[in-house]
Amino acid sequence: MRYHTPSSFEDAARLAAQAQGLTRFLAGGTDVLVQMRAGMVQPDDLIDLKKIPGVGDITRTDEGGWRIGVAVPGAALSAHDALRAEWPGVVEGMDLVGSVQIQGRATLTGNLCNGSPAADSVPGLVAAGATVEITGPEGTRTAPVAEIPAGPGKTSLQAGEVISAILLPPRGAHGGDAYLRFIPRTEMDIAVVGCAVNLRLSGDTVAEAQVALGAVAPVIRLVPEAAEAIIGTTLDEAALQALDAAARAACSPIDDKRGTVAFRTEVAGVLARRAALIAYGRAKGDTA
Amino acid sequence: MSKIHVTTTVNGDPVEFLADPRETLLDCLRDHLGLTGSKEGCGTGDCGACSVTLDDRLVCSCLVLGVEAEGRRVDTIEGMADADGLHPLQRKFIEHAALQCGFCTPGLLVAAKALLVQNPDPTEEEVRYGLAGNLCRCTGYDKIVRAVMDAAAEMRQEAA
Repeated sequence: MRYHTPSSFEDAARLAAQAQGLTRFLAGGTDVLVQMRAGMVQPDDLIDLKKIPGVGDITRTDEGGWRIGVAVPGAALSAHDALRAEWPGVVEGMDLVGSVQIQGRATLTGNLCNGSPAADSVPGLVAAGATVEITGPEGTRTAPVAEIPAGPGKTSLQAGEVISAILLPPRGAHGGDAYLRFIPRTEMDIAVVGCAVNLRLSGDTVAEAQVALGAVAPVIRLVPEAAEAIIGTTLDEAALQALDAAARAACSPIDDKRGTVAFRTEVAGVLARRAALIAYGRAKGDTA
Repeated sequence: MSKIHVTTTVNGDPVEFLADPRETLLDCLRDHLGLTGSKEGCGTGDCGACSVTLDDRLVCSCLVLGVEAEGRRVDTIEGMADADGLHPLQRKFIEHAALQCGFCTPGLLVAAKALLVQNPDPTEEEVRYGLAGNLCRCTGYDKIVRAVMDAAAEMRQEAA
């Protein structure tokens, strides 16, 4: 295995494009090193992105959003007060991943690129309308986070393409987001169902909303029908029932020992209700 | 397979070693530097027996490549006691009998130290969540949690 430490994303993309064998990018390594150890993945070229300037930074964009470097660990995300205040749902999703030790290394970008339908940090990004900046042989492009997952363990990135940053849009006024997941224990487990809700209020009425579900389909995805169920409402019981039904209708989960199809489907509706209420409260100024 | 020359700092001392790029930091600490305090339990970041700090951030050294330590600062269990004696956490682990087989102990001590740097006055719940990345199959955790709470109190100079 050749170990590379490029000093720019252009160089990283070039290395990946020229590589003949199996290539992996290394950020936090909490998935890649496990796969290497298990023999699932034996890269010929391992491209460590951490020597590229800025990959550990969280910075304000000119538009008033955030640019999150690909090597920012979960612990740094949680410790960033301003980011957490604006996008608590995004931060709490990442914070649910693993132990303190894992949080010291694991990254949003890695969680996204690992392609797990149960990735806890991804529904929050999808609901937030986050985008990724992608550097490739043809230059730089941006794409919605929602377009990156392509199936369990798969992404839509092309050979030679590498995510060079995650971009969160400006939070704006009267917005709130939240992420909830169900696991059979209190922590340190993989989501059986995950749900993120991001909304904006006009007075007491939901003016905009995005609902994303995780672990109930081959990819994490937006559920526009669930968002439509609460837009124009004050999140009264009728709206919550409609949201619950739309979330359940969007489920096509696997059936395994961690959750049956019926269970995952029902829980998706319950989490959508609860996450919507938390997001609503946060849009009203709740800080919890 | 060509090896890579790595220069880093371990427990305050400058060190260098030659690493195969596939070797983990844990492999390098144990096999190249003779620092066998950090243990390999699972090798996949689940058990925490290999916990070290990398530039003051708690990590599993089995999930870090040795070559990634270049220019960084690594602190391991071997650096915990100083010339004056054991760290308060180490003394309290002995006092409370917070270990049986001892395999998880180095990782738990390193993780507990990192926890108390972040939060010198943790609740029992915070200790349990903070150490959830360290598995112990002997003690049932209760004595470990008591030892950490007691050490924290002593380090804050309060009687527990």
